[in-house]
Amino acid sequence: MKLADTLSLSLHSLASARTRSLLIVLAMALGVGAVVVLTALGEGARRYVVGQFASLGTNLVIVLPGRAETAGGFPGAALGQTPRDLTLGDAQAVGQLPGVRRYAPLNVGTAELSSGGRLREVTVLGSNAELLPIRHMALAQGRFVGSAAQIVLGDAIAQDFFPDGRAIGQRVRLGDRRFRVAGVLTTQGESMGFNTDEIVIIPVDDAQALFNTETLFRILVEARSRSVIEPVKAAITELLKQRHDGEEDVTVITQDAVLETFDRILRALTLGVAGIAAISLAVAGILVMNVMLVAVAQRTAEIGLLKAIGAPAATIRQLFLAEALWLSLAGAALGFLLGHAGSWMIRLAYPVLPAWPPAWASVAGVATALLTGIVASLLPAARAARLDPVRALSGK
Amino acid sequence: MIRLDAITRVFRMGDQEVRALDRISLDIAAGEYVSIMGPSGSGKSTLLNVIGLLDRPDGGHYTLDGIDVTTLSEPEQAQVRRTRIGFVFQSFHLVPRLTAAGNIELPLMLEGMAAAERRERVEATLKAFDLTDRAHHRPAELSGGQRQRVAIARATILHPAVILADEPTGNLDHRIGGEVVALLENLHQRGTTLIVVTHDRELGARARRHIGMRDGAIVADET
Repeated sequence: MKLADTLSLSLHSLASARTRSLLIVLAMALGVGAVVVLTALGEGARRYVVGQFASLGTNLVIVLPGRAETAGGFPGAALGQTPRDLTLGDAQAVGQLPGVRRYAPLNVGTAELSSGGRLREVTVLGSNAELLPIRHMALAQGRFVGSAAQIVLGDAIAQDFFPDGRAIGQRVRLGDRRFRVAGVLTTQGESMGFNTDEIVIIPVDDAQALFNTETLFRILVEARSRSVIEPVKAAITELLKQRHDGEEDVTVITQDAVLETFDRILRALTLGVAGIAAISLAVAGILVMNVMLVAVAQRTAEIGLLKAIGAPAATIRQLFLAEALWLSLAGAALGFLLGHAGSWMIRLAYPVLPAWPPAWASVAGVATALLTGIVASLLPAARAARLDPVRALSGK
Repeated sequence: MIRLDAITRVFRMGDQEVRALDRISLDIAAGEYVSIMGPSGSGKSTLLNVIGLLDRPDGGHYTLDGIDVTTLSEPEQAQVRRTRIGFVFQSFHLVPRLTAAGNIELPLMLEGMAAAERRERVEATLKAFDLTDRAHHRPAELSGGQRQRVAIARATILHPAVILADEPTGNLDHRIGGEVVALLENLHQRGTTLIVVTHDRELGARARRHIGMRDGAIVADET
């Protein structure tokens, strides 16, 4: 018997048991759809977290004053020493290291911002112009070059103080110092618990004068590429150790380590939910087996007839396998569509969650459905092929 | 053409053994018209099943066209059934969801014939059996006589050497039964070997050779 005939004859059999066939297809489709939707959710969560980290900056290396890892605290503490502060000089030296694309010294504090009779307490970042590209912030208006007495306003603050939108060039007062508005940040909203719409940025010298300090809160460093992050980290540690009289009193962290951990956890989670969804496919497989066994029992006389008119056992087996193949194929296709429609609806309902089903999940879902269907039909097909034609013809 | 040599078929029912065929030896030449008669349980249907390769004997040898078919493998036996043997059953055994044409086409499909050639052959056969206007009816929409005509058309579309008919008129009234018999006899006249198993004395008497069976043995063989 030709393959095309086997396929068309088996399709014919399925069409004559329409309700039963549709129910199996639906069960298969729900299984495949669940795999696709759940992995889309997991993948969406992963992308969301990765995106949140990326918004903090890529290839970011952060230098903090003080050692943060030993339980005993700063090694020199027992000798009455205190950790040395990070200074602008340190930051400039770090900026000269090979592998460093750009760096931004950072001071953080709060001060009262006032203009035109309005007054409000704001978070102040003192830094240089490189802060914006490092932290993936952009200006909606104006330009920030970090020259003295320039100030950049967060979007919400700019709207608060200058509702007419004409903030650039306006004079404001921050603490006891005067600034001229040089730029307004684009709105970014909250990321990692930090709302860039509610901050102001001033040059680091002004910030140090404002807060009356010589030290830095952080040094943000952007490495040239992902691959040089570790060498840069080591070079910074070594450099600052030299500058601090051989004392290793700074902490250098990279967000890659954190990000990788999150990435790994969320991938494992995605695989986990995909596995749970795959169980429903196994259930669908058992359903296929059950329905095929019923079909074999119902069509015993027909199988006997086929044998009588010269169908070998192999042909009978192929006919039933082809039926299972059709069912799983239809179920997989429908499930694929359902899954993608479901993911689309999730993206529609939660736009922040990039719930795109990963390609591997679609492929795995469809492949598992096909495999399950075929495997589940092996036993019924073998049973049909083994039927004794004389008994089968009498319907026994 | 058909040679049975000490064919034995034993069925076990619980701890009892029933010898459905007890050392049967029989020769049937090509083109013969044979009826096999006997009471229920005499073994006549079992004999037909053995001749049709649907049942394997427990002992003895069966040669068809000089080949010992009892030693053939399952696919080889299926091949012989497909090309050399045509079955006609009392209950027609049509596939209910296929049309008359679809049922007639089945053996051609199993044989792996191309679709265009199949269509031609089916059309010609439908015409020969006066079923052209019934081609697209399902068995449920056909009368008993039409169903049996479809079944005979299916059994003969690959021009088998032997037609094995098991009570072919059993489910038909007298007149329609007569038409079906005429159809079978027409095939016989064109050279096909015809073996009919029946309870019906009138039908059995029409054959040229009459074999009587009782308790798994041949008790009469008259021409």
